[in-house]
Amino acid sequence: MTTPADTSPEPAPDRAGSPAPERRSWLRDHSELGVCAMLLALGVLVLADALTMDVDITQRGPVGPKTVPIVVGAGLLVIAALLAVDVLRGGRGEAEGGEDVDLSEPADWRTVLLLSGIFLGAAALIEPAGFPVAGALLFWGAAFALGSRRVDRDPLIAAVLSLLTYVVFDKLLGVPLPGGPLMGVL
Amino acid sequence: MNALNSLMDGFGTALSPLNLLWAALGVLLGTAIGVLPGIGPAMAVALLLPVTYGLDPVAAFIMFAGIYYGAMFGGSTTSILLNTPGESAAVVAAMEGNPMAKAGRGAQALAAAAIGHFAGGMIGTILLVALAPTVADLAVDIGAPDYFAIMVLAFIAVTSVLGSSRVRGLASLLIGLTIGLVGLDQMTGQQRLTFGSLQLADGVDVVIVAVGLFAIGEALWVAAHLRRGGAEPIPVGRPWLGRGDLRRTWKSWLRGPFIGFPFGAIPAGGAEIPTFLSYVTEKRLSKHKDEWGKGAIEGVAGPESAASASAAGTLVSMLTLGLPTTAVAAVMLAAFQQYGIQPGPLLFEREPELVWGLIASLFVGMVLLLALNLPLAPVWAKLLRIPRPYLYAGIMFFAAVGAYAVGGEVVDLVILLVIGLVGFGMRRYGLPVLPAVIGVILGPNAEQQLRRALQISDGSVTGLVDTPFAVTVYAVIAVLLAWPLLRRPLARAAGRGRTRSDA
Repeated sequence: MTTPADTSPEPAPDRAGSPAPERRSWLRDHSELGVCAMLLALGVLVLADALTMDVDITQRGPVGPKTVPIVVGAGLLVIAALLAVDVLRGGRGEAEGGEDVDLSEPADWRTVLLLSGIFLGAAALIEPAGFPVAGALLFWGAAFALGSRRVDRDPLIAAVLSLLTYVVFDKLLGVPLPGGPLMGVL
Repeated sequence: MNALNSLMDGFGTALSPLNLLWAALGVLLGTAIGVLPGIGPAMAVALLLPVTYGLDPVAAFIMFAGIYYGAMFGGSTTSILLNTPGESAAVVAAMEGNPMAKAGRGAQALAAAAIGHFAGGMIGTILLVALAPTVADLAVDIGAPDYFAIMVLAFIAVTSVLGSSRVRGLASLLIGLTIGLVGLDQMTGQQRLTFGSLQLADGVDVVIVAVGLFAIGEALWVAAHLRRGGAEPIPVGRPWLGRGDLRRTWKSWLRGPFIGFPFGAIPAGGAEIPTFLSYVTEKRLSKHKDEWGKGAIEGVAGPESAASASAAGTLVSMLTLGLPTTAVAAVMLAAFQQYGIQPGPLLFEREPELVWGLIASLFVGMVLLLALNLPLAPVWAKLLRIPRPYLYAGIMFFAAVGAYAVGGEVVDLVILLVIGLVGFGMRRYGLPVLPAVIGVILGPNAEQQLRRALQISDGSVTGLVDTPFAVTVYAVIAVLLAWPLLRRPLARAAGRGRTRSDA
């Protein structure tokens, strides 16, 4: 049911000295408890939402709109507890490998945050600036965040890809995308 | 012979010039995306979903069939030439295929895989034609309790058969079910988990969930752990097979489908188990046992054929019961729902043009695949050299296109990112993604069937088990739940039986 603990991607620091790093390494080792906390919070949220529903007589049939959320919410609480037990007993979720995934290095949070920020920025731009511009910035920005530094090539590829996608989707495939002011000019 | 007539009509639909074009486009796109390292068939299909939005359902699904088979084929190219399979079903292809490529026999490995896919797909689809209408006929009278039982089966199967940890599978399923709850209750219009937001009242679109978990989640996950200086693909020429190789492989091609198809049809994890079984079978039957592990061509031909046939088997349960057994089938089910079509026993009656057009286009797609991929293989192999920043930037880009195309709303992009971050966390802590997707897709439907069944029985729980069909399904569920207890003695018995019959 559980996987060996040594698959955890963060190499556990083995400098057992003062109690503070020890506690930190315990927390890092058991960071999966955070998942339990999230599941617990989600369960409470679902249950609270279900229990505060004021269902009137429009309910048809013996099972109303509350029942299933209550079951799901309770299920979340139970699973959060079971997972916590599993983690405390030494069970670890195995981090997913892949073609381009190197689990021997610690996670690179900067890239993840940068990518998320770029994605949100592009989302904010899509309506005022139009898809071709926002899409190009998204691609260039994401490629930059992932380590590509070809200032001559990257923006060009981004612009061509974005423009091409816009034309193919909006004009050929009949999937509307906002052109923005730029397309109004062209 | 009714099925044959319908199939002929289906070919009439699939072979119209325009539909032929969509099929060809789907095959090309599917192969191109599937070859890209890091993109498995499920992500390929999810990313390419928006391409079909502007099309009518028949054309869309014809294109979709091409994408599906193309992506599967493309994936095996990656594992043979790069030895880093993107998905579990392609692991086996790498075991013998990559040593072959290293020994300069990459062309033969690719040819064995391509023809294996063709043979497996053909035989699998013929079995689909033969079986699907019968299954649909048997299932046509099933009612709400039966549907509910099938969906519970899907939930249990996807959490207990796949993955290494049941708790984590169940956690993933519950996350999916929770996302599925968001929006207006379908029967009463009651708002659930919307927090007064109008945008959430429509619910979270399944496509956004699928793209978020499969594409954004994967891109972020890889971004956090990007391998510096990745594996170099092995250059390859045009695939071909000599007479000696043909003599060794033809039996493997024919055996594979009969291992793959049954496993595809049942919720047992798609191609993972049958490809491995086929590998073991071929190894046992091979006359060149010394070559295994160093590049035995049967080890590519058999498993690839089994994988392709299991894809056809998947379609049997997906089309006739609305039961998705793999991630790709789950995304396909989402695509059906996008068009307001509910796969199930009635699909064959209500949408004959669509179903049979789809099935016929599977045959067409397979021929196109073989015709395109053998000569184009060196071109596809070039795609493996794509710089990783471009690859994952492109995934984020097309994920954004797909999510925005769903409803033209910026808030969908924000939801997409949030779900992507959830997908990231799930990858980090070994929560499988598939149960969540199945939960989102089937959850609302299961709730409706449950409530309908209880409405009919006036609240009595016996209303859920009052048909033989439902009882059978619950019995299967009980076996699945007890499986970990049964597995060891059964495996021992099976092992004994097999060695005896072989001797």
